[in-house]
Amino acid sequence: MSILDKPWMAERSAIDNAVSGGSLNFPKARVALIFLMAVITVLFMLFSVAYKMRMELADWRALADPSVLWINTGFLILSSVAMQWAVSSARKGKAENVKLGMALGGAFALAFLIGQYMAWLQLRAAGFYAAGNPANAFFYLITAMHGLHMLGGLVAWTRSTARLWRGNDVADVKLGVELCATYWHFLLVVWLGLFAMLIST
Amino acid sequence: MAIVIVLVLMAVGSVLFHIWTPWWFTEVASNWGAIDELIVFTFAITGFVFVAVVLFTAYAIYKFRYKEDRRADYEPENKKLEFWLTVVTAIGVMALLAPGLAVWADFVTVPEGAEEFEVVGEQWNWTFRFPGADGKLGTADVANITYDNPFGMNADDPNGQDDVLIEDYEVHLPIGSPIKVLLRSKDVLHDFWVPQFRAKMDLVPGLESHFWFTPTREGTFDLLCAELCGVGHYTMRGKVTIESEEAFKAWLAAYPTYAETVPAPSDTGGGAASGQ
Amino acid sequence: MVYVPPQEVEDVHLHDPDTFMTKYIWSQDHKVIAVQYSLTAIAVGLVALVLSLMMRLQLGWPGVFDFIDPESYYQFVTMHGMIMVIYLLTALFLGGFGNYLIPLMLGARDMVFPFLNMLSYWVYLLSVIVLMSSYFVPGGPTGAGWTLYPPQAILQGTPGADWGIVTMLASLALFIVAFTMGGLNYVTTVLQARTRGMTLMRMPLSIWGIFVATILGLLAFPALLVSAVMLLLDKLVGTSFFMPAIVSMGEQLDYSGGSPILFQHLFWFFGHPEVYIVALPAFGLVSDLLSTHARKNIFGYRMMVWAIVAIGGLSFVVWAHHMYVSGMNPYFGFFFATTTLIIAVPTALKVYNWTLTLWRGNIRLNVPMLFAIGFIVTFTNGGLTGLFLGNVIVDIPLSDTYFVVAHFHMVMGVSPIMVVFGSIYHWYPKVTGRMLDDRLGRFHFWVTFLGTYAIYFPMHYLGFIGVPRRYYAYEDFDFIPESAITLNENISIAALVVGAVQLVFLYNLVISYRRGKLAGSNPWEATTLEWQTPQTPPAHGNWGDTLPVVYRWAYDYSVPGAAKDFLPQNQPPSDDAPVQEEDNLGFDSTDPASGGGTREDA
Repeated sequence: MSILDKPWMAERSAIDNAVSGGSLNFPKARVALIFLMAVITVLFMLFSVAYKMRMELADWRALADPSVLWINTGFLILSSVAMQWAVSSARKGKAENVKLGMALGGAFALAFLIGQYMAWLQLRAAGFYAAGNPANAFFYLITAMHGLHMLGGLVAWTRSTARLWRGNDVADVKLGVELCATYWHFLLVVWLGLFAMLIST
Repeated sequence: MAIVIVLVLMAVGSVLFHIWTPWWFTEVASNWGAIDELIVFTFAITGFVFVAVVLFTAYAIYKFRYKEDRRADYEPENKKLEFWLTVVTAIGVMALLAPGLAVWADFVTVPEGAEEFEVVGEQWNWTFRFPGADGKLGTADVANITYDNPFGMNADDPNGQDDVLIEDYEVHLPIGSPIKVLLRSKDVLHDFWVPQFRAKMDLVPGLESHFWFTPTREGTFDLLCAELCGVGHYTMRGKVTIESEEAFKAWLAAYPTYAETVPAPSDTGGGAASGQ
Repeated sequence: MVYVPPQEVEDVHLHDPDTFMTKYIWSQDHKVIAVQYSLTAIAVGLVALVLSLMMRLQLGWPGVFDFIDPESYYQFVTMHGMIMVIYLLTALFLGGFGNYLIPLMLGARDMVFPFLNMLSYWVYLLSVIVLMSSYFVPGGPTGAGWTLYPPQAILQGTPGADWGIVTMLASLALFIVAFTMGGLNYVTTVLQARTRGMTLMRMPLSIWGIFVATILGLLAFPALLVSAVMLLLDKLVGTSFFMPAIVSMGEQLDYSGGSPILFQHLFWFFGHPEVYIVALPAFGLVSDLLSTHARKNIFGYRMMVWAIVAIGGLSFVVWAHHMYVSGMNPYFGFFFATTTLIIAVPTALKVYNWTLTLWRGNIRLNVPMLFAIGFIVTFTNGGLTGLFLGNVIVDIPLSDTYFVVAHFHMVMGVSPIMVVFGSIYHWYPKVTGRMLDDRLGRFHFWVTFLGTYAIYFPMHYLGFIGVPRRYYAYEDFDFIPESAITLNENISIAALVVGAVQLVFLYNLVISYRRGKLAGSNPWEATTLEWQTPQTPPAHGNWGDTLPVVYRWAYDYSVPGAAKDFLPQNQPPSDDAPVQEEDNLGFDSTDPASGGGTREDA
């Protein structure tokens, strides 16, 4: 099936009549997640473009990136790994491991967010205020936007984890766990891109 | 069937309106008369298409109005017709674009040796600066602006000492030679526009924009702001007078240079006149 | 009729309403949400209509109405523009028509995420409330123009620079959240919840238009969010994303180094696709109106689909044609003028195909058809003036004049509204089970169509004189003749008449709900699935026990050899209802001489 088809033709008709089900071979929630990730990608791309364009102007003064960012990045990677472990456990039907993986994933994500907040406190203590220089302002803005998306992920994570703890069958929660993991990996990749941009300038 | 008659009247009426309209361009006073010609040309092509589409639609509605005993054709597509329509449309579009880009190339290429002068906009006044005897404008920055230094002149720049500062809503320019207009704003976006010159460009705070034109007709013209700049936008007015080189020089000589304004904080002659 | 069990398509968990509150207020039924979206959009649109009439009062009779001072005039300008573009047209086409038609036209029971859909409406309503709260904060709404350009938008000297701009930006952020929730829903439903046999190329063009417009919205609104957030920070925190060093009213401000042009790039990267977020659904809906009421398949269906997709793609690379005089690098002009004029080609093809759909049709001149024809005229007019403004050098004298005002009102004000009205007359019978009154509808059409043309056609010529837009008053201009002031007065009279006639439309909507003629399930004898529901208005779940099965494309009108002049999409092939065997039955291939002389190819 393609946009070159002539849908009014009899030969085409016989083929089309048999078509059923979605265009993409995914559950509908995954399709929505794919589009959501596309939207978020555009959002952060635009922030990055704005960052690069603003950087070209004369008053840009790079800030001293807090070292805690490296630790936070480590937390985020661990979080992603834990989520992935939960997914593979869910596929094997090991309920206890799924619980543990989800719990660790959430905990590391929380640690990441707390670490990001620490980075803000460090910057403030060092006198890098948002209004002082666009480099500072972009740092706060971009980390805040990324953190907000992480928080949104934690809302979905809470729903899936709560269902696990209420004793739902692993098969019922499997999709939720998989989607959380996908989103976690996505936010990790976004963060690595943003982090690279922030420390390189 | 009223719609058929109305569509025909609309097509014909629009053309007649266009022919008889009392509302048309002001007489051009710069070298950008080519833009007027392009607009007339664009009108010819788009007007033809508009009339053709409307008349074709009217005719189709009339000829194929509903009849109980008739069937519409079954016609999912017609490759040949669609192909030729695409080709003809593409040719029409290129015919509009090519001359447009050619004139644009002129517009973005400032001629060598064009005389420079600067327009500085603020809410809701125009002021102007000429380079003075050395032919060079001194550097200036918004950060330098004070009550005594409304242009933000850089006091250390030798090029700026002889710059002529015009705190007045009217500016004079010499006829016949190309002029590069440099544009600066102290606060928000403005847009320097004299309808008779056809050209316009925004004044953007934080950077210097420019455009060029050659005045071709003597007279005094309305200068207005064409970019929304706050509640006084509609009052941000000025005048541009085009005159002979000699008259222009005489007019310019009456205004103070930057150096003359510095030692004496009290006003030296330009006056703090404003648009409104 | 053959049915398949609903298990064929992933089942939707329906939220069955049992109380008044869950049925009409906290409803998760796409049809109710569609009506909620539509009524809210129309209500806020009426506010914007009144604002435009206030502007016309000032322009037609300057100084006569002394309650209109410059501050409030600029507030009218801003709120009118923003409401019409975002809160009326975007919300109505996607939240209203999209919500109603996507599941019904595709044979689905509901949107795939009904709860998210409900949430989308309520966040939208919240954004409208926040927007309207602008009128009750100190200083009133922002008067920065709908483009909200900094530095002006957040500086003293602009009305509402303290509070109004903040409520505006907050409201936009909420709207974007609402739109994203709705948009994910529409896209996923179109891709994953179509019934058996409903391939993408069998979808009605309405769905294609709404589908592509939704994708545009999902990818373009982030740019508005980015610019809104950064502008808000410049305003509230004192950052300098867009704010350079400024002396405002003689006082040095604490900003430095920012770029106002950066904002413009971000804004128009959203703003131009936004034009097509409004236009593409209109293109789709009007295609279906024309085809149904001309009793003929849409001409060049595949070309229409390709054109929608091509226009959608190109709309992301033309944004800076709004910025030819912005002081950006002038060499960008070459690129953006070229892309802009390229986009004219698929757009022109759509116009040809609409008129060719009428050719050799069997045209029923009912009210939806009249509006559809009105759309062809106004859209052609507005589209062609786009060729002036897109062609960079021609734009230079015309930008920021009334030519621009006339152009964009014709192309994305009047013509989408023509489609909105036509579509409401067309689908109202399905939504309520009753027809709208025909005589009131015709009256409404004639006054609206002729009135809007009388408003906007002469307005182009004010632009040629050079009359600048966004001016509160035009005093003592040498270059504006006295007659132009008279023209403004006449335009204002036409605007007041057109505005008043919309009350007839509202009266029709209300009165027909109870007293309109009963419609039956398929009053227009249309082929698409929404007209084949077992009940009218469709019940919760839309299709009773079993989903419909689709056997043909959406445009089997006047099929040769068929008993009736329309074959519903769920009608299986039979002797009375054949499926086309041969290719190219077009008139030109059999009879090249006919119709050749009057074609609009130029």
